[in-house]
Amino acid sequence: MHALLTAAAIAYVLSCAGAIAHLYLRRDVFLKASSALLPIGMLLQLVWIGEAWIRLGHFPVYNLPETVTVLSCILAGVYLGFGFYIRMPVLGVFSTTLTAVLSLVASVPPSAPAADVKVFKSFWVFFHVVSVFVGEAFFALACGIGIMYLIQESGIKNKQRGFFFSRMPSLETLDSAGYACIVAGFTLLTVGLVTGFVYAKMTWGHFLSWDPKEVWSVITWILYAVLIHERLAVGWRGRKSAIMAIVGFGVVLFTFLGVNFLLEGHHGDFTRF
Amino acid sequence: MIDIVVLGLNHKTADISIRECLAFSSDQAEEALDRFRSVAAIDEVVMLSTCNRVELILASHDPEAATEAARRCLSEWKAIEVERFAAALYNHRNDDAVRHVFRVASSLDSMVVGEPQILGQLKNAYRLATEKKTSGVVLNRLMHRAFSVAKRVRTETGIGDHAVSISYAAIELAKKIFGSLEGKNVLLIGAGEMAELAVEHLIRNRCGEIRVANRTLNRAMELAKRFRGQAVGLAEVSESLVRADIVISSTGASGLVVTRDQVRSVMRPRRNKPIFFIDIAVPRDIDPEIHKLPNAYVYDIDDLKGVVDENIQDRQKEAQKAERIIDEAVIQFRSWMESLDAVPTIVAIRQKIEAIADAEMQKIFHQQPLWTDDDRQAVQRMTHALINKILHEPTQYLRRNGVMGNLPAQLDVVRKLFHLDPE
Repeated sequence: MHALLTAAAIAYVLSCAGAIAHLYLRRDVFLKASSALLPIGMLLQLVWIGEAWIRLGHFPVYNLPETVTVLSCILAGVYLGFGFYIRMPVLGVFSTTLTAVLSLVASVPPSAPAADVKVFKSFWVFFHVVSVFVGEAFFALACGIGIMYLIQESGIKNKQRGFFFSRMPSLETLDSAGYACIVAGFTLLTVGLVTGFVYAKMTWGHFLSWDPKEVWSVITWILYAVLIHERLAVGWRGRKSAIMAIVGFGVVLFTFLGVNFLLEGHHGDFTRF
Repeated sequence: MIDIVVLGLNHKTADISIRECLAFSSDQAEEALDRFRSVAAIDEVVMLSTCNRVELILASHDPEAATEAARRCLSEWKAIEVERFAAALYNHRNDDAVRHVFRVASSLDSMVVGEPQILGQLKNAYRLATEKKTSGVVLNRLMHRAFSVAKRVRTETGIGDHAVSISYAAIELAKKIFGSLEGKNVLLIGAGEMAELAVEHLIRNRCGEIRVANRTLNRAMELAKRFRGQAVGLAEVSESLVRADIVISSTGASGLVVTRDQVRSVMRPRRNKPIFFIDIAVPRDIDPEIHKLPNAYVYDIDDLKGVVDENIQDRQKEAQKAERIIDEAVIQFRSWMESLDAVPTIVAIRQKIEAIADAEMQKIFHQQPLWTDDDRQAVQRMTHALINKILHEPTQYLRRNGVMGNLPAQLDVVRKLFHLDPE
C-alpha cells in the first residue's frame, strides 16, 4: 500500500511543476494539468489513510510519515477548496510546493506501529487532529499569500514592475484573502485546541499538562489572536499583517516539527520516524 | 534671413527636479513673454511650459544672441544658474527646430507617444503668444502648420488608437493596489486635463464618492457638478483624506499640498486602508516621503512614465508613419521659409506677372492675325517696360528693407497680396 503514497508524491511534484511552468510561460494547459494532478494525489492519499485506518484500527497520525501524509492531504484539500475559489494561480506555486515536500517526507517507509494505541481510538483525536491540521493548512495559505503580498508591495513601492507585477493579484485582494485564511485557520485551531483539552481531561484527568507542544500551540493561538485583534481594533493590515502571517506560520512549523525534535513531551511520538 | 530656434528641455533630457524649477505657470509665462519681447535679438517667441517640457520657440535674425539671451532670461527668471540646466537644454535650428515643433504637436515627443493633451497645451501657448503679440509671421505660420500636421498624424496613423496615457497608467496601477475600483472614494485636488481624464476613467470604473478641492471654490464647484461630486476648499483636504482612497493632485501650487504628517495622522482614522496618491503636478504637490508610509503609495509623473514605457513600443510602428508625414511637412515649411527672403519673392512676383503678360499677349496676337512681327515685338517691348517700371519701386523697397529687419512680416503681406503661395 505504500506505493499509493509514492504515487501521490509524484502527482504532487508534477502538480507543483505545472504550477511553476504556468507561472513562467502563462500557458493555461499547465494550470489545467496542475489543477488536475492535485486532486489525484489527494485521492490516492485518502485511499491510503482509509486503508491504514482500517488496518490499524485508529486514525493514522502516530508517526511522522502518517502525520505528514494527513497534513499534505489536508493542505491539498484546503487549497483545492479555497485557493481555486479565490483564483490565485500564483498561490498554487506555494501550496503545491509545500504539499509536494510534505508528501515526499510522507513517502519515507514507515517504522513500526505504535505500541500504545489506546489513546488514538477516539473520535476526539480525529476531530482534534483534523481541525488543527486544517487550521494549519489555512495558516500555510495565509503565509503564501503574505509572501505574495510582500513581493507585490515591494514592486509597487520600489516602482519597478517586475516579473510578478502582472502575474499577481492586487494588494487588496491579497490582503483580504490572507485575512480570510487567518480567520479560518484561527477558528479551526481554536476548535482543535478545545477538543484537545477536552480529550486530555478525559484521558489524563487534566486540561493542560504543560507539554511543550501544548504550550507552543497556545503561543501560536495567542499570536494569531493578537493579529486578528489588532486588525479589528486598529486596522493592522497590509505589510504588517503579511509579515505577521509569515512569522505566525514559522511558529506553526516550529510547533509542528521543532518542538518534537528539540523538546520532549507526550506529543513527541506522533512525529517520530 | 530669419532662423527658427527651439531652446528647451523635456522629460528625456531633464528630470523632474530640474523641470519643476523651470516650469512656468500661465501667469508667469505671460510676464516672461513680455520680457522676451524686450530682447532685441528675439523677433518672435512662443513659450510652451507643461509638466514634461519647457520650450522656447524663437524666430530670430541673430540666433546666437537670441539663444544666449533666452538662456540668461530663464536663469534669471527662475533664479537658477545656467550651469544647472545647460546640459539638459537642447537647441534646435531651422529644419531641426521645425521638425521638433511638429513632433511635439503630433505627440511623437511626448512621454506617452500619441497622448492627445499636448496639442491643446501647444494651442494654449500659441494663444498666449498671440495675445501678447510675441508671435509673428514666422511662428504664426509654424504653429498653424504644426496644428494641421498634428491633425493629419492623428487621423492618418493609429498613434492615438489605444487609450494609453499617463492617466490610464495611473488607473492601471490603482487596480493593482485596490483590485476593483468600485466604490473607491476619489479626491481631486486642483484641476487639469490629465487629472480630469483620470477622474473620468475612475467614473467609468464605477468609483465611489468624488470630492473636488480647489484654490478657487467656484472652479471646484464647477468640476464637482461635472463629476457629480462634492466641492471642498483646500483647507478641507486634510479632513477629506480620511475618506479618500485615490487622491489625484494637479495644482499649480509651488509648494507641497499634502504633507507626510498630514497623511500619517489620517492613517489611524482610516484604519490603515491603503491610499493611493497620483501626483500629476510639476512642481510636485504630494510629499514624496508619503510613499514610505505603510499602505500609502505615491506615484509622481516620472513614475507613471515608467509604467507607460512598455506601451510605447506598440506605438513605434505608427510613429514611423507619423515621422514620414512630418518629414514631408518639414520640407514644405522649408521652401516657405526660403521664400521669405527678398530675392525669391521678387523673382516670384516678376515670374507671376510675366506669366500673366505672356498669356495676355498670346491672346491678343491670336485675335490680331494681321499684325506683323514688328508690331508684335513693339507690344512685347511695351509690356516688358511696363512690368519693369511697375515693379521697380516694390523691388527697391523689398531690397532696402531686407537689411532693415522686420522683413518677414512685409514679405508675408506681399506674398499674400500677389497670392504667391497657393495653399
